[in-house]
Amino acid sequence: MMPELGKYTVTVMGSYIATIALLAVLVALTLWKGARVKRALDAQEERMKKNG
Amino acid sequence: MSIWEYANPKKFMQTSSWALPFVTVGAVGCLAVGLFWGFFLTPEATNFGSTVKVIYVHVPSAMMAINIWVMMLVTSLIWLIRRHHVSALAAKAAAPIGMVMTLIALITGAIWGQPMWGTWWEWDPRLTSFLILFLFYLGYMALWEAIDNPDTAADLTGVLCLVGSVFALLSRYAVNFWNQGLHQGATLSLDKQENISDVYWFPLLLCIAGFVLLFVTLLLLRTRTEIRARRLKALEQRERMA
Repeated sequence: MMPELGKYTVTVMGSYIATIALLAVLVALTLWKGARVKRALDAQEERMKKNG
Repeated sequence: MSIWEYANPKKFMQTSSWALPFVTVGAVGCLAVGLFWGFFLTPEATNFGSTVKVIYVHVPSAMMAINIWVMMLVTSLIWLIRRHHVSALAAKAAAPIGMVMTLIALITGAIWGQPMWGTWWEWDPRLTSFLILFLFYLGYMALWEAIDNPDTAADLTGVLCLVGSVFALLSRYAVNFWNQGLHQGATLSLDKQENISDVYWFPLLLCIAGFVLLFVTLLLLRTRTEIRARRLKALEQRERMA
């Protein structure tokens, strides 16, 4: 299944691994920050509703 | 119906909530098929051997690095001229994505350059202008964080974005301006003779579409977060004053 990359295996694999790793970190941080801010906003709105 | 309707945060939240599943599926689909096709199914190139497969990550990320800055320029101008908060927040949300795209282009370029040019780095016009663009992204993000007042931050980062646009354009056209350096000319061309062979072209198109859709997905998510963060800050201030 794996294509024959010859003497450039490290070059090609390194490029793909670096790209996928950086994109995965970006996506994870985006989702994590989004969830954190949404939770904080919901809690703040709830608190203000209770306090009138 | 006018495009300025989307400058209303509520309208933006409604529309982006509806659009997000579609662009996410499009991004995942295009990236999965494009990268699989490019990595597993394309042949070696005569000049570059199997390193030709690096173009499926290097070219789309380099294109996005420049085009995200152009998008930030447009949204910053909208903020500076029409004072729409969503456009300033969209520019802020786009910067980390552009920074990561520039970093991917620099890293994959260096990894590819070592066996092809015999060096990881050269002070070549395109490589140097890309490094400066990366530093501009970092400076832009730092400036947003350094200023408390969001309107002042949006004004100053908008001006920085205008200045940085010179380097974004330089990154794109550096090879044409200075006919020297290691970096070759454009990989893609409307001229059939100059464009890369169809066997590499079609998977590359899919990868570019995947990177564009991934950017749109992340931009929508991050802009929604920025809008919520702004509302949270406003509510906290209102509570303190009450």
